[in-house]
Amino acid sequence: MAPEPEDKRHIFDNPRNVWRVIYALHAICAVVFAADFFVHRHVEHPWEALYGFYCVYGFVACFLLVLIAKEMRKVLMRREDYYDG
Amino acid sequence: MASVAPFLVFFVGAALVAATSGALRAAILLAVPIVGAINLLGLPDGTSGAIPLFGYTLTFVEADKLGFLFGYLFHLAAFFGIVFSLHLRDRVQHVSGLLYAGSALGAVFAGDMLTLFIFWELLAITSAFLILARRTDRATRAALRYLLIQIGSGLLLLAGVVIRSWQTGSIAIEPIALEGLAAWLIFLAVGIKCCFPFLHNWLTDAYPEATPTGTVFLSAFTTKVAVYVLARLFVGEPILIYIGAVMTMFPIFYAVIENDLRRVLAYSMINQIGFMVCGIGIGTSLALNGAVAHAFNDVIFKGLLFMSMGAVLYRTGKINGSDLGGLYKSMPWTTGFCIVGAASISAFPLFSGFVSKSMVMVAALEEGHPIVWLALLFASAGVFHHAGIKIPYFAFFAHDSGIRTKEAPTNMLIAMALSAAVCIFNGAYPWLLYEMLPFPVDYAPYTAEHVLTQSQLLFFSALAFVWLNLLHLYPPELPSVNIDAEWSYRKALPAIGRVALALGRQARESIVVGGAAMLRRAFGRLSRHTWPDGALARTWPTGSMAFWTTVVLAMYLILSYL
Repeated sequence: MAPEPEDKRHIFDNPRNVWRVIYALHAICAVVFAADFFVHRHVEHPWEALYGFYCVYGFVACFLLVLIAKEMRKVLMRREDYYDG
Repeated sequence: MASVAPFLVFFVGAALVAATSGALRAAILLAVPIVGAINLLGLPDGTSGAIPLFGYTLTFVEADKLGFLFGYLFHLAAFFGIVFSLHLRDRVQHVSGLLYAGSALGAVFAGDMLTLFIFWELLAITSAFLILARRTDRATRAALRYLLIQIGSGLLLLAGVVIRSWQTGSIAIEPIALEGLAAWLIFLAVGIKCCFPFLHNWLTDAYPEATPTGTVFLSAFTTKVAVYVLARLFVGEPILIYIGAVMTMFPIFYAVIENDLRRVLAYSMINQIGFMVCGIGIGTSLALNGAVAHAFNDVIFKGLLFMSMGAVLYRTGKINGSDLGGLYKSMPWTTGFCIVGAASISAFPLFSGFVSKSMVMVAALEEGHPIVWLALLFASAGVFHHAGIKIPYFAFFAHDSGIRTKEAPTNMLIAMALSAAVCIFNGAYPWLLYEMLPFPVDYAPYTAEHVLTQSQLLFFSALAFVWLNLLHLYPPELPSVNIDAEWSYRKALPAIGRVALALGRQARESIVVGGAAMLRRAFGRLSRHTWPDGALARTWPTGSMAFWTTVVLAMYLILSYL
């Protein structure tokens, strides 16, 4: 494999490509959310029956996960050599 | 064709590998799991290979459907691990890798608790060399901590087995009711290897310190043997449902803020084992099938993820998220394989996690555990967040770290490609896996609603990740360690030890110093009277003695007249 030239441009060096990925993700989210109104779901539990339950739950879960983890850092985080002393 | 005990193939292979080198060693290494798999094909159902010992019968081979599933799985994992480590010129790692895989097979096919104990301890000892082989101070200390805890788990198991055989006269591997000392000792022993909460830190401590190839082996065997034994001994034990649910939840928080990407994977491993433990606790045929199928898939996709991070560590010498980024430019194939592993652990449709994890979740709802189900759903979104997105994102994308390196060695790429192929095969065509499960499968993973709901969950989790980043709310990768349960024995216990030692030293000092002073004083007092110039040792003139005798006699005379 020949070493690549230093100044070679890669796909995500162009910010427009990053934004394309982000827009595509939003479009997919809109589609799977809309599909909830067309696909009949057999539900085991009443919560599941709510429209967009999985969308909202996934989104909120991840938001909470990250925000709580960030707060945990204040209590739990130590210097890298904490155990080496 | 007469088959031998599956572990024997690996142990003999290890001996041959120890005695050879170069291409011959590589050929033997590759041949061992293949010969082993052929041997396994010819292995009869039921008991074979029993040896009487001290009045007990040690049964080295007892095979049933569950055993065969784990047997084939471990052969597959060993093969992938060997291909991944084929570039190494390190006899220690190759030999211990084979012995370790063989010990796992020995434990799976063990027909009684004593045989299980033997392989339980061999698992600990043989695997420790994969950590020691890193040959750094840090790794050596981690390996010793690992060994101490693993051997401890074995001793608890032995104590439980001995007490149980004393009480019931049985050393059979059979479901045990969770009551009495013996049962709890065995439960605790398995719980340590299974990474129950508070007993889990050996994994997050030791696995990230092993060699780039060693972690791939480690991730396959120890915890899955524990899951297998848990399924044999404690299936349907309700407490496991809640232990499993907790195991799926708490590690994902740690994974989000952990910087060492292999430690992130170690935490996510506990999260995945949580799903299996939960399934074993629910104990219905659907739940147990799900737990076992997920164990199979987890070995392959977690192995793949550890391979991709191992390749990064091997090429760059770095594994912290804060040091990496932009590697997709130099390692495009590794990036692609890592994304397949990430999609599989996240349970994307057509990837392996999708067809197994949901069995446990459906079983949780069916058996009336809606809160547990919500927890598992939370954990499913969370695992996508930290293992599915964070791992590939911070290693291969994110901000460009400026590191330019070579693509992973060919043998590593082949191992990753094979693992990725199994992930996609099991995801797209799960029926072969389903056929190997212990119970007949009456579950259809590819219904419109399952595909839709899982897609909704995952894409909206991804959306949350994007927005958190755009809003600058996402915690940056920082060089740091996070305090976990291990704090108790890595910080508190040594501190208590130091205080005790200091107190002891002080006590000794006060005893020695004080004692010496006392002795000196006593000695001084003694010597004042007895030394050559002391009162008792002085030579007295005879005249003075006659004088004092006269005085005493005179006193006596006077007193007697009074």
